[in-house]
Amino acid sequence: MITREEVLHVARLARLELSDTELERMREQLNSILTYIDRLRALDVTGVEPTSHAVPLVNVMRDDEVVPPFPQDEMLRNAPDRLGEFFRVPRIIEG
Amino acid sequence: MTGTPIHELTEAYRRSESTPTAATEAFLARIARLDGELGAYLTVTREQALRAAADADARYRAGKPLGPLDGAPLVYKDVLCTRGVTTTCGSRMLEGFVPPYDATVIARLTAAGAVMLGKGNMDEFAMGSSTEHSAFKPTRNPWDLTRVPGGSSGGPAAAVAAGLAAGGLGTDTGGSIRQPAAFCGVVGLKPTYGRVSRYGLVAFGSSLDHIGPFARDVTDAALLLQAIAGADPRDATCLTAPVPDYAAALAPGVQGLRLGLPDEYFIEGMDAEVEHTVRTAVDVLRGLGATVERISLPATPHALATYYVIAPAEASSNLARYDGVKYGLRVAGAKDLVEMSSRTRAVGFGAEVKRRIMLGTYVLSAGYYEAYYGRAQKVRTLVRRDFDAAFGRVDLIVAPMTPNVAFKHGEKEDPLSMYLNDVFAVPADMTGLPAISVPCGFSAEGLPIGLQFIGKALDEASVLRAAYAYEQATPWRARRPSSA
Repeated sequence: MITREEVLHVARLARLELSDTELERMREQLNSILTYIDRLRALDVTGVEPTSHAVPLVNVMRDDEVVPPFPQDEMLRNAPDRLGEFFRVPRIIEG
Repeated sequence: MTGTPIHELTEAYRRSESTPTAATEAFLARIARLDGELGAYLTVTREQALRAAADADARYRAGKPLGPLDGAPLVYKDVLCTRGVTTTCGSRMLEGFVPPYDATVIARLTAAGAVMLGKGNMDEFAMGSSTEHSAFKPTRNPWDLTRVPGGSSGGPAAAVAAGLAAGGLGTDTGGSIRQPAAFCGVVGLKPTYGRVSRYGLVAFGSSLDHIGPFARDVTDAALLLQAIAGADPRDATCLTAPVPDYAAALAPGVQGLRLGLPDEYFIEGMDAEVEHTVRTAVDVLRGLGATVERISLPATPHALATYYVIAPAEASSNLARYDGVKYGLRVAGAKDLVEMSSRTRAVGFGAEVKRRIMLGTYVLSAGYYEAYYGRAQKVRTLVRRDFDAAFGRVDLIVAPMTPNVAFKHGEKEDPLSMYLNDVFAVPADMTGLPAISVPCGFSAEGLPIGLQFIGKALDEASVLRAAYAYEQATPWRARRPSSA
């Protein structure tokens, strides 16, 4: 069973602020879903190769050619906050 | 005009019996009249649609249409990037996000002359099976407004069913094209993984995401797939295999085709009406000359649990990008970066998205990775092996699309009961195999039921051929919802 502390830890990893009510509800629902998922433990998967993709993938190579990039101004247009040609964020370095 | 398939509509344009502008205006008028109740659209691109239609008019007048989709009025799920047109993914997080480029599928349909009517409603970030998890509004099922249209592509499915678009595009990560197609009584096709470029599709589960068409009939599904399939240098996972002529492959019928009917797709608790209807449809296929044999896909009961490890794991990683920095929502007043992201994500994401991010983060976290994610990837191999073995004996698999008909709004409050609805849909996503849902009848209450065909990798032609043979032998596509 996943505990309240574990839910808090995972929420921190996932950068999700949860209210106390959300936290308790999340704990209950995750437990219910994980109980269902736990049926996979009954399967013998010894020696079975993992599948990460449905189709076999190999590296796809292309010529290293310079192509016109997206205009910077267009790419910054959706930024919630910007300063000139930069994304602006809260200060992360003490000073 | 709003009730005919695309191939008939564009044939009427060619014979000068109608024009793209007349059709587009008719669809826009229906949207204005009916969508307030249905909730299929998040954005209607009226001016843009009329401009595109006028361009198509000119091509027909000049006797030079671009092809069978020229002037076809379509709806695109709001998870596909459209240049200059808001793309929200049904989320507050992307409210007002305007992509600077078109998804490859959009660019290809535009180049084929298609007219975008607007962007279709969806469960937030494509997570859900009912379109109740859209942050903006729920979509209703045109056959019964008290019921859900399925999801996550419920908007496009309902729009096509109700005659608010001639066809459209959705995405299918765990059944999100085929399940709403079944619930709304339209055709929904999920192509082979990699057959269609994902460039410009907002990512959910990258190893599971597929783009495919919604259509009024199988011929239209073939035409839409034709336009969007094929290699794309912008998506390295997009396959380079040549694209066959899908419409030309429809005609031969199912004579001599070997169909497999999997025991595991008829489960305890499934709706007896659905089972009966699907078994009757299989008899029709037998009558058309197909051979049907029982097969077993023993890993099926584990497929859904596997999906609910892999899809949330991939989602938790893909959705890490919504941090309030580059685009989308940002909550003001945070004192540092972590607080800014955590509070932005708390406000911007709905309950289902948070649940999946939490589940995905948990199964990938230290100490649990091997027990959950590692094991799920191995079970995914078992699911794949089942299909490999089956396709040694049969050409196609035929099965029910869903265990039940469309359920009522608010009926599945418990997340797990909602997830169980996709039990027959997820194996084709996990294996990447092409699959279609085609209408195969109605419940006593008048709700549509879907028949699923699953094919070998890259064998969309056989999937379409069987669905077409069944469709042509049955009357279901003529029936229209009374609300529409």
